[in-house]
Amino acid sequence: MAVPTGVSEQDWAAALEGFSAVVGSEWVFTEEEHTSLYHDVYSIYQGEPEDPVVPAAVAPYTAEEVQQCVRIANQYKIPIYPISTGKNLGYGGSAPVYSGSLVLDLKRMDRILNVDVEKATVLVEPGVTFYDIVDHFERNNIPLTLDMPDPAWGSLIGNALERGMGHTYSQHGRDRWSGHCGMEVVLPTGDMIRTGPGASGSDVLWQDQKYGIGPDVHGIFTQSNFGVITKMGFWIRPAHEGFRHARVHVPRFDDIHKLVALDTRLHNMEICNGMSVMASPLYGSVGPMLFMPPVTDPEHLALLEVRNGERPDPGPLAAYGERNRLAFWWLELKFHGPNSVTQAQWDYAKDLFSREIPGCWFEEYEPLEFPLSEEVKANLNTYGHVEMVNIGIPSLHRFAISMRNQFNPEPGVGHFWFAPMIPKTGEQILLAQEVLQKNCERLGIPLLAPYYSMMPLMWYPRAGIFLAGWNVHADPERNRRTREQYVELSQICADHGWTEYRAPAPLHDQIMRMSNGFNDHALLRFHETLKDAIDPNGILSAGRYGIWPRHLREESQG
Amino acid sequence: MRTVRFITWMSVLLALALTASAQDTAEETALERGKAVYDEWCIICHGENDPASGGGTAALEFLYQGALPAKLEDRSDMTPEFITELVRRGRFGMPNFRLTEISEQQLDNMIAYLRRNSGDVGDTNDSGD
Repeated sequence: MAVPTGVSEQDWAAALEGFSAVVGSEWVFTEEEHTSLYHDVYSIYQGEPEDPVVPAAVAPYTAEEVQQCVRIANQYKIPIYPISTGKNLGYGGSAPVYSGSLVLDLKRMDRILNVDVEKATVLVEPGVTFYDIVDHFERNNIPLTLDMPDPAWGSLIGNALERGMGHTYSQHGRDRWSGHCGMEVVLPTGDMIRTGPGASGSDVLWQDQKYGIGPDVHGIFTQSNFGVITKMGFWIRPAHEGFRHARVHVPRFDDIHKLVALDTRLHNMEICNGMSVMASPLYGSVGPMLFMPPVTDPEHLALLEVRNGERPDPGPLAAYGERNRLAFWWLELKFHGPNSVTQAQWDYAKDLFSREIPGCWFEEYEPLEFPLSEEVKANLNTYGHVEMVNIGIPSLHRFAISMRNQFNPEPGVGHFWFAPMIPKTGEQILLAQEVLQKNCERLGIPLLAPYYSMMPLMWYPRAGIFLAGWNVHADPERNRRTREQYVELSQICADHGWTEYRAPAPLHDQIMRMSNGFNDHALLRFHETLKDAIDPNGILSAGRYGIWPRHLREESQG
Repeated sequence: MRTVRFITWMSVLLALALTASAQDTAEETALERGKAVYDEWCIICHGENDPASGGGTAALEFLYQGALPAKLEDRSDMTPEFITELVRRGRFGMPNFRLTEISEQQLDNMIAYLRRNSGDVGDTNDSGD
């Protein structure tokens, strides 16, 4: 039987006995056959010695059992790594960062503890998935909805703590973390806190108001290793009444600046409340998420050739666009709400764009009325129709993109994400396209399409994300090269101020250092100060997001 | 005496019938449970090849090109070992599933469900495809 890193066999045996007494021996896994299931199947170190090994896993059923397990781990200084549902695919899965950590598997804690229909809030445990919530609403005829991530099988809490993103509302929607309200946290010593007004001991305000009195500590529990979250509240939304989407097409290359600025303005005014999407038909934007067909006209293709990494000349492309009624850029706006209201919002937007961008034109789609008809449902996720993730319907449609298909005949064994954030301006989008294209070419990074055809995801109100999936392979040498390319490209982006919004677990150290360089990494030292105070024995999720406990710090920094 | 023997034989036949019926019911229940596990965890990728799917059926359709059924529920050639390996280890984009997600008993039931048409097949597929 494997023993956790840095733990004596005697202490390990005593701890296992303790864990069994708390959760029952059937929920303490020590056989390699079972512990090996706590593995990142998408690991970019697979088959290499650095791939984390798990000596045991313990699966508590209640917050009190979590407390007792953490106390035992703290007593025997056993490194532990909590997971919610273990579906953090592309970012580490169910595997710890620090090899030799025991995994605290919270999947059994899958209770939906409270739903407040009038206030549109939920209180859940970490093992609750997005599918679970939607099933619960449907079974009980609860008129609420919530934002969906790409694959809906993950944990609400886990996704929020990773600061994951979705595709619907700007408020209490896409930015999962922004919708949190009230947490119960087991600290690494086994102590338990409740945050916000819940700290009073009463839960009457816990899911209604984020702030209690005193410092607001919530954020330190995201992308970190300061506590085990056992309960968390979320602000969600009343069930959909209507959904409208429409496109603004603009003819000139330079129109991008105004187009992006007006989108931001409309969001800041809350005229637009859905996730905008941008594309460039003339630069050949394509992809399953855009539902756009690839360029096939030889004349157009010839104009798109990228030479020495340089942007294809916009002049001839604009002329081609004028002849063929193709926009240089389009912006798709999305509106959630009753259709009578969103009609007025769209009318306002049309008027604004018409005044500010001469020559623009509009493409409108039939608005959806809820509940959806069977005919509408049957067409979701197909060309010319709405994607399920845009209206809060759980789906694995986007997950299928990485599966074997005609465009991906030899899929990798997994994938991970490269996702630098950039300021949401036309100037920065154009600069990022150029920097990414040239450096991908220089570093030999394979691209499905030139960066000049790609646009950032408009997840945030004032920033975009150039999201790209990178394949993991069975060949360690190929993965080693991929890791080097990833780190180097991330560094180039960080040098421009474009830091990652989230990072694959095995690369947390590098990404955190390059993204927090101000004043000789003062923020990282602050994290370490917190870590040493909150987790004096350094047991919890060592190395997660580059935060190492004192006794492992020198080792981690080489 | 004959009456006694007749009653005895009737009792034996009745007992056999009841045993068979109990076995049938038990098997049926195991299959139903197995289908429930499959429906909970697998069908979102390995059900119909529709636009909401995670793409498992579409991927196998592309891989097999008609040589094998793309829907796993239509297969009759998968061994218990092969199914276990896929569920516990994952493959390509498919993640693995832990004991806190699919227990040993649930996996056994699901294997029974996926092999309900297999019988004692000798040409089962362990090839890894």
